[in-house]
Amino acid sequence: MDYAIQTDHLTKTFGNFTAVNAISFEVAPGEIFGFLGANGAGKTTALKMLTGLLKPSSGQAWVAGIDVTRKPEHVKRRIGYMSQKFSLYEDLTVRENIRLYGGIYGLKRTDIKSKTTTLLEKLQLEPYADQLVVGLPLGWRQKLAFSVALLHEPRIVFLDEPTSGVDPLTRRQFWDLIYEAAHTGVTLMVTTHYMDEAEYCNRVSIMVDGKIEALDTPRNMKKAFAATDMDEVFRKLARQA
Amino acid sequence: MNRFFAFVLKEFRHIYRDPRTMLILFGMPVVQVLLFGFVLTNEVKDANIAILDPSKDVASIRLTNKLVSSGYFRVAANLQSPEQLEPAFRKGSIKLALIFPSDFGHTLDHEGTAKIQLIGDASDPNTATTLINYANAIILNFQQEYAQSSLGVQQAQTPLILAETRMRYNPEEKAVFNFVPGVMTLILMLVSAMMTSITLAREKELGTMEILLVSPLKPLQIVLGKTAPYLALSFLNAALVVLIGMMVFGMPMRGSFLLLGFECFLYMFVALSLGILISTRAQTQMAALFVSALSLMMPTIVLSGFLFPRESMPVFLQAVGTAFPATWFIPIIKGVMIKGVGLSYLWKETLVLVGMAVVFIGVSVRNFKSRLE
Amino acid sequence: MSILSIKANSLSKAYGTVQAVKNVSFDVRKGEIFGLIGPDGAGKTTLFRILTSLLLPDAGQASVDGLDVVQDFKLLRQRIGYMPGRFSLYQDLTVQENLQFFANVFGTTIEKNYALIRDIYVQLEPFKHRRAGALSGGMKQKLALCCALIHKPRVLFLDEPGTGVDPVSRKEFWEMLRRLRDSDITILVSTPYMDEAELCDRVALLQKGEIMAIDTPEGITASYQRPLFAARSDDMYRLITDLRTLEPGADCYAFGEYAHLALAGTASRSATPTRPTTLSRRTSTETIQQYLESKGHQNVEVLNATATIEDCFIELMHD
Repeated sequence: MDYAIQTDHLTKTFGNFTAVNAISFEVAPGEIFGFLGANGAGKTTALKMLTGLLKPSSGQAWVAGIDVTRKPEHVKRRIGYMSQKFSLYEDLTVRENIRLYGGIYGLKRTDIKSKTTTLLEKLQLEPYADQLVVGLPLGWRQKLAFSVALLHEPRIVFLDEPTSGVDPLTRRQFWDLIYEAAHTGVTLMVTTHYMDEAEYCNRVSIMVDGKIEALDTPRNMKKAFAATDMDEVFRKLARQA
Repeated sequence: MNRFFAFVLKEFRHIYRDPRTMLILFGMPVVQVLLFGFVLTNEVKDANIAILDPSKDVASIRLTNKLVSSGYFRVAANLQSPEQLEPAFRKGSIKLALIFPSDFGHTLDHEGTAKIQLIGDASDPNTATTLINYANAIILNFQQEYAQSSLGVQQAQTPLILAETRMRYNPEEKAVFNFVPGVMTLILMLVSAMMTSITLAREKELGTMEILLVSPLKPLQIVLGKTAPYLALSFLNAALVVLIGMMVFGMPMRGSFLLLGFECFLYMFVALSLGILISTRAQTQMAALFVSALSLMMPTIVLSGFLFPRESMPVFLQAVGTAFPATWFIPIIKGVMIKGVGLSYLWKETLVLVGMAVVFIGVSVRNFKSRLE
Repeated sequence: MSILSIKANSLSKAYGTVQAVKNVSFDVRKGEIFGLIGPDGAGKTTLFRILTSLLLPDAGQASVDGLDVVQDFKLLRQRIGYMPGRFSLYQDLTVQENLQFFANVFGTTIEKNYALIRDIYVQLEPFKHRRAGALSGGMKQKLALCCALIHKPRVLFLDEPGTGVDPVSRKEFWEMLRRLRDSDITILVSTPYMDEAELCDRVALLQKGEIMAIDTPEGITASYQRPLFAARSDDMYRLITDLRTLEPGADCYAFGEYAHLALAGTASRSATPTRPTTLSRRTSTETIQQYLESKGHQNVEVLNATATIEDCFIELMHD
């Protein structure tokens, strides 16, 4: 089977500090994979290596079948990325943002046009197409950011804390989009330190001090730790470590 | 511990734990003074000079040749009359003019002394000063040679050439004497105004301002607590710059240190209140930096007479310049250090600064809010 | 003196054209942990700033510990402890220096009120010479709490203390809050996490500047009146899509590994409950199971579910 993401003893050291310590895991195509850990556990460093922004110290990783250490630029073209902190230019309009990202990923002008129409229609954003993003409610912005990350039809999308701070309804609508994307075969890697977001993933890994300490479905994990929710799983795991 | 001193202590800790702040506070003044001192005044070669020599005797020709053979000067024009001086300078083709009297050699041989005139181009005071210094050194050297040569043996004493130097446009302008007060003015403005505005904006940015406002600290305590350390450090800075000016560049100190200290303090107070004024508006450190750089640094450098003589500015810019404290402070330092004058000569400038301080501090205290916007 | 610690009466506040808080009223009793639950932009921080005297309301009045937030703000500021949403301590000062500073600012000493912060501070003690910026998220939060408590405030305002903190520290933090409540400090806490609502004595659900409900967490979940099921299968996307078309008025959303299906039943908040439709009365875990299996779902599991705060929040948003 061809994995969407595969790592083999992927390691990153900064001086004598090991941020990511020989992590190995595979993510299947169409899977929603939760990448969890507390702040400083090494999630961000691992994510940077997988997206080709940081060269691993040792070990290997393949994303969409491409070796990230050898061809990071090829990886970047095949992945989408959305972070809660930054994804859209607030001082550009909705339409301008879409056009910008289409342009960045080298889409044809006609494609951008047709995709903009479909996207606005799907998100029911047509009346707001020419408004600045800064004026949109947070929830809409996040949905738009996710759709923009999918614009160039990447096979793998990385999501960094996508739904923290939004209301429960918007969060559900956001996850509807994620499930829909996964249904069409897109692989989603969700990085978060909010444990309740983890329960929405097919499988999750929990990183503690640079290592993956647990990797399973949320259901199995809760069973294994005799926990009622992922918060408790994390707490019990932290106590062991 | 007293609330206020607790605050000041905290402020000192912020300063000495931040290498960048320390660098700006103490690295920048030294580097700037040395930079302006050396880079701007150094390395003059083959400077074009004009000679006006109506005497054309042995002594004057020998001196001219000596100047040229030094490698620093090149005779670009042999003038026939003093009237040709002005156009030559205006064209910018010459940096220095050497004017012999009509009886140069004769007076030197018979009276043992002769006068010449060195005229520098004050529109480029740094270069002009350097050139005049070089020329003076060469003339001094020439005197001794001349005394030992056959032409001068009948003289018991070394003949004396009195070189009268003059600057065209504004005769008082001297490079070294210009940049030390200028840098001092700039540094004090920078440290006092920019740093306080940034440090207050930082509290807003970090969200700590909210906590300070919700505490029993009074707004005045916050403002004074913020500025006190910078006032102290600015004072140190001022002393440092004066010291470098005097030790490295031979800047004179003819007036009273006490008066200089008082005027520095006054100027810093104006700058600090400007800094607070900016920070009552700026919400982020970037905004504070931007506003202070634009509204304080630029005018201080460009309009105050630091780099460009105010006399040669259009009237409109001269008027704009009077709105900035630096414009008033530079004449004060020059007056105290170079001319050695007292408060009786500087009361006007001092009064303007006092007025500015009152206005700025009044407006900023009024603007400082005990609540968020 | 009244037993009310915080009284907010018809508070409103707008920033330009954005109405951040609309006509909000609530009371907090002395010694209570009261939660303001709502997403980003619901108006939580604005309410906090009004109650801590940092912002003037456009309309309405509020008092904290018997003091008016506008008139008596100077006195008020001595009696409250405030922990803003972002970590708002001096990162370049050490743990001890931060605490010392805030003690001095409030005209007190660490020793005087040590008893109050001892439980929390003992955990920070090993790092007392470390700069605050180098602490972990959980430790920063504990230090911020210590600093907010050092002058023994009567009312504590905690704006989103759980944000950016790992689950272990989050749990410890709530345990600390409960101990503080026992020493008679009133606590107003805000959070975007619905699951933290259960840790409060009473909560107000906040959305777009308005309060949708105020009650005990149990009271809020008990008021949920629609028939609610939890279902799972191997394909979440199809599961949700299929359940939404099960019958008219059905709402379905992902809830972790399950999807919650709310049927058109009794309206949750109307005074006279509407009659459940015959359709939903027939609908049971069995019928849903059969329906899903007929749609080709694998590993189907359907349960009767009890509403969580999130279910209630979503329901209230529909109103």
